Amino acid sequence: MAEKKVFGEKLIELKDVSVTFGGRKNKFTAVDKVNFDIYKGETFGLVGESGSGKTTIGRAILRIHPTSNGSILFHGQKINGEISKELDRQVIDKIQMIFQDPMASLNERAKVDYIISEGLYNKKVKMSEVERKDKVAKALSDVGLLPEFANRFPHEFSGGQRQRIGIARALIMEPEFIVADEPISALDVSIRAQVLNLLSELQKKRGLTYLFVAHDLSVMRFIADRIAVIHKGKIVELAETEKLFANPLHPYTKALLSAIPLPDPIAEKKKKLIVYDPTLHRYHESPPKWVEIEPEHYILANDSEIEEYRKDLEHGQLERI
Amino acid sequence: MSQQPILSVRDLNVKFNLRGKVLHAIRGISLDVFEGESIAIVGESGSGKSVFTKTFMGLLDANGYIESGQIIYDGKDLTTLKKEKDWTQIRGKQIAMVMQDPMTSLNPLKTIGAQISEAIEMHQGLKGDALYQATIDILNDVGITEPTRRYRQYPHEFSGGMRQRVVIAIAVACRPRILICDEPTTALDVTIQAQILGLLKELKTKFDLTTIYITHDLGVVANVADRIAVMYAGDIVELGTCEEVFYDPRHPYTWALLSSLPQLGSKGEDLYSIKGTPPNLFQEVVGDAFAPRNPQALKIDFVKRPPYFEVTETHKVRSWLLDPRAPKVEPPEHIKKLRKQGGLA
Repeated sequence: MAEKKVFGEKLIELKDVSVTFGGRKNKFTAVDKVNFDIYKGETFGLVGESGSGKTTIGRAILRIHPTSNGSILFHGQKINGEISKELDRQVIDKIQMIFQDPMASLNERAKVDYIISEGLYNKKVKMSEVERKDKVAKALSDVGLLPEFANRFPHEFSGGQRQRIGIARALIMEPEFIVADEPISALDVSIRAQVLNLLSELQKKRGLTYLFVAHDLSVMRFIADRIAVIHKGKIVELAETEKLFANPLHPYTKALLSAIPLPDPIAEKKKKLIVYDPTLHRYHESPPKWVEIEPEHYILANDSEIEEYRKDLEHGQLERI
Repeated sequence: MSQQPILSVRDLNVKFNLRGKVLHAIRGISLDVFEGESIAIVGESGSGKSVFTKTFMGLLDANGYIESGQIIYDGKDLTTLKKEKDWTQIRGKQIAMVMQDPMTSLNPLKTIGAQISEAIEMHQGLKGDALYQATIDILNDVGITEPTRRYRQYPHEFSGGMRQRVVIAIAVACRPRILICDEPTTALDVTIQAQILGLLKELKTKFDLTTIYITHDLGVVANVADRIAVMYAGDIVELGTCEEVFYDPRHPYTWALLSSLPQLGSKGEDLYSIKGTPPNLFQEVVGDAFAPRNPQALKIDFVKRPPYFEVTETHKVRSWLLDPRAPKVEPPEHIKKLRKQGGLA
């Protein structure tokens, strides 16, 4: 077991953030009043099914999607909505993204050299050609690729190598915060391990902070310090990784946990799949609130549910004694 | 499970011509698939698992060819089939396939009902009301609610999991005897993945299917497979029952595959990852194909290809480690943990 990391400074704060798409007629709320903080140096996991809005949150932080409500703070400074050009520049430099599918996210017609330094070109800082080449070479060797690869095209690389190029492209901007949007779901199991290891190694070396978006809790358990579970645009539970796995309270979290495939035929055949039925909540009678049910363990629940979850918690603690 | 092979592959070699060079994709595989069983073929991308099963349906790309070997189905050697007309008797009717990505395997311009009934009409010759009823029945079978409404809808109105159900419906509509599922759940969410695997299991009993799963994720098949074949570089390196492969794996490559599962890793430690890359199949592989990536490789691994060693009657492993003269090599920690779970410690 790794020693528990202690986090102090908040790097990213989301307060009541909503993102809506469409006009008046067919308005769709993809993210609905989401609250969470990401501490400096941690890996924050965001788990949910497709369409739950997890990617939208990541993109809202990057200023790709405009928010319709609430505020996003970076180092205590508001970065959503209208901001100065200077701050915008800073946000672009300091927050980078790693994309899901390395087969689709690299420009097929550009050499790796250009793909990696595109951010530098856009930044329009004066930089000699030698300096730039040095930076590209360094970014490549940081992600475990040979500097000679700069002169090749993306099609010459395997999936894992391409994802490394995607990571190098983010690293060259020397970001503080990286949004990793399902960076390993398109990769083979054996390559997954390599990319996960690379990400945690880079975090140790450079003190990076990650927002890790995925649908697979088994991967999350391995990489994330804290996990938020999102369902239909609302975060339903947030806790430290081990706490969430030990004491899942929300029925949706339980359903997600029960769906993790186990590499163990006996356990797998005994396993019961929990299906989440959103109609079991009586939210029209008493609307749910975002509460801290135990230290650092947040949940979306109404009054009667809070009571129930408290009992579950006590019960769980007794069992462990 | 009966012990009657429904499909029997003998010493199959498949090659591809690529820009004047020859790629040896399948290097002498023999495998019996028994009637009514569910077998999983597991391997990395490029290990040849898809190519191997495509040969059963005559779906090799134009530059690929079967160099030698036999595929016996129903007393016929499928490798002798040349004409498209002969293949249509097998493809879909006897052996059907569920493709990987439900987003691209359906026709976006046709309704779901039309796409399913097309398959039924072609293979069973039903028309009119009988055809409509058969289509509704199959939609019910694959767990699509409100089939009469869904019949008239287009693929874009379906979610990923629902589309995969439609693809499965098309595959089983012609009542095949063998169903090949090529990565049926990789494009799907974890919760949906569990549902689709459950559905496939259900249909297998209902229609007496023999199922062949292809996947790169060993974690997925623990629940669905009776037997597992681990493929590496165009060859089956380990073959055994599900329990044998998970609890008592013997090939270093199987160890590596299992160890790299995040489910088995613990936080803060590096996850086990396989070093290096798979061999270049444009050159003939000498010795054990996995040897260059295997930290515990023996000298003989680089010289001579290992034969199959039998661990039990059902468990075969292609590794020199099982030779009585080989030094004893301890499996990695994760594997020992698995053995304990299986009560084999």
